[in-house]
Amino acid sequence: MAQATTAGAAAAKSVQHVSKPLPLEYLRKRWLQAVVLFGFFFLYFPIIALMATSFNEDKRNITWKGFTTDWYVKAYNDASLFNALVNSLTVAVVSTIVSTIIGTMLGLALYRYRFPNKASFESIAYLPIVIPEISMAVAMLAYFAQFLEVPLGLFTITVSHIAFSFPFVAVVVRTRMAGFDESLEEASRDLGASGQQTFWNVTVPYMMPGIIAGALLAFTLSLDDFVITQFTSGPGSTTLPIKIYSMVRFSVTPTVNAASTVLIVITLTVAVAAMAMQARSEKNMVKKNG
Amino acid sequence: MDSRKPIISIRNVSKRFGGSVVAVDNANVEIGEGEFFALLGPSGCGKTTLLRMLAGFENPTEGEIIIDGHRMEGVDPNRRPVNMVFQSYAVFPHMSVLKNVGYGLRVTGVPPDETQRRALEALALVKMEQYADRMPNQLSGGQRQRVALARALVKRPRVLLLDEPLSALDAKLREAMQLELVRLQHAVGITFVIVTHDQDEALSMANRIAVMESGKVRQIAAPADLYEFPNSRFVADFIGKMNLFEGQVTGAAGNSIVIDIAGLNRITVPYSGHAQGGVGVAVRPEKIRIDHAEPPNDRVKLRGKVTEVAYFGDESAVFLENATGVNINVNVPNDARRTAAPFAIGDEMWISWNPADTLVLAE
Repeated sequence: MAQATTAGAAAAKSVQHVSKPLPLEYLRKRWLQAVVLFGFFFLYFPIIALMATSFNEDKRNITWKGFTTDWYVKAYNDASLFNALVNSLTVAVVSTIVSTIIGTMLGLALYRYRFPNKASFESIAYLPIVIPEISMAVAMLAYFAQFLEVPLGLFTITVSHIAFSFPFVAVVVRTRMAGFDESLEEASRDLGASGQQTFWNVTVPYMMPGIIAGALLAFTLSLDDFVITQFTSGPGSTTLPIKIYSMVRFSVTPTVNAASTVLIVITLTVAVAAMAMQARSEKNMVKKNG
Repeated sequence: MDSRKPIISIRNVSKRFGGSVVAVDNANVEIGEGEFFALLGPSGCGKTTLLRMLAGFENPTEGEIIIDGHRMEGVDPNRRPVNMVFQSYAVFPHMSVLKNVGYGLRVTGVPPDETQRRALEALALVKMEQYADRMPNQLSGGQRQRVALARALVKRPRVLLLDEPLSALDAKLREAMQLELVRLQHAVGITFVIVTHDQDEALSMANRIAVMESGKVRQIAAPADLYEFPNSRFVADFIGKMNLFEGQVTGAAGNSIVIDIAGLNRITVPYSGHAQGGVGVAVRPEKIRIDHAEPPNDRVKLRGKVTEVAYFGDESAVFLENATGVNINVNVPNDARRTAAPFAIGDEMWISWNPADTLVLAE
């Protein structure tokens, strides 16, 4: 009798599991565990190894000799490396500000207005997202060097970065606006606000999570970019990725690893912030609709 | 027409979208000061477009709108003496309840301390003062609607426009809010113009109703007049339940006319207008009685067989069919305690009503 009850309870329990599997239930399958582990290893071992070796005392990086932060100090004191970091951050900040403004305007326009050939216009506007980076790099180089005859440098890098990152901002802002209730703007007008007041008090605050997420995306894209930057940079305008690449051509020193780790940490911080921002705005949306 | 001074005049107003779609077709409506006025009609009849033209979100293609003595042509929504409660409430999600309510004052340059005081007053009016610091996503649908109401009323508009304000609420809350809105209107003494597709809502709240159909205003009347004296087949059918027959006028005698109803008897009913040819003949289900015994001769009399009885507690809806297959609905009040109806399905009954309760509809 007691056994029967236990069996019944177990059956009820398993029925529950069938109807609503736990988030980590798939890990019970051994082969899936193996696949997951291999995936993680394949993806993250090189990065973890890179970060670990940047703290290794061994100069040739063959065996572990002990923990040190000397390589970071060395990288910091390397004037050309530090200069590259400053260049990278300068380009990233300026291009983020400009591409966020342009991208937000584009995203808003695509959300709000209907005009002839809108679909084609939209595809063309989003083209930099799908165009092969190398093609865009060559196009940019030709444009600056032959067509405009502008000397290559931080200016041309920044302009190129704006060109490839504003469509990403536009996509994010437009997606955000898809959930917008237009009667919010009408309510604002109805309550006595002018068109401008309505834009700044109602529309922009609603867009803000999208704008911030787009800006962080633009920032990481600019900071990491290699191909386009390589083609549009000139003497004295080396950015961190390019500097790291030129150092690696001689040898992979722990200094390079340290510089790379700094780049990873900056990018990761910004990316996590962007995701958190997005998640928060989505949670608010769910709450609002729920 | 109400004897009150008109606050809104809608004169020959038409609205066409994209040149061909007629949303509002030559509407003429006068709304008096302090009225609770309802625009009632099925979805797509143009009632919301008419309301949006009053608010200034749409411009009439033809005709003019006068609010509080001023022509509204070219006047932006933010410069009109009206405020609106939106169907979605449109409460600003990034502002607290108090900030939402004070918004209309803040953007027009009212000093902060006065804004605060008036916003709290408006919140008290809708019994929401204890929620002043909440964010909209912490409120229920009914509470958000109260915030939207307070936010509109804080501007002290001459007219409050309400677009389907109760459609998103559940049945119980809707009934409570109907009473609440009437109470509020008495308290603030502002003209209310409400758009609704729910006839019960319009009949119970408004003092006058304009019934709209495919862009046209079909009838403007007080609720009881609209119910008892609809001017067309559409209004008769749209408001409440109705037995609607098609008939032919075959003669007139003094203040009565004789009508042949297809599949039914020839009836003589009082009528003072001029009706010829085909007319609609309508009787409300609750005005009809059914009996086993033959009723007196001064009533309109028919024979019919009971086909179905639907029990609603306070009343029963009885469906009958006569020999030629015409259906007649009768509402029988359950005005005495009994569990079995005094008739059964298949019973042959007398159906009768007072000739004065017959509506003759030329339109």
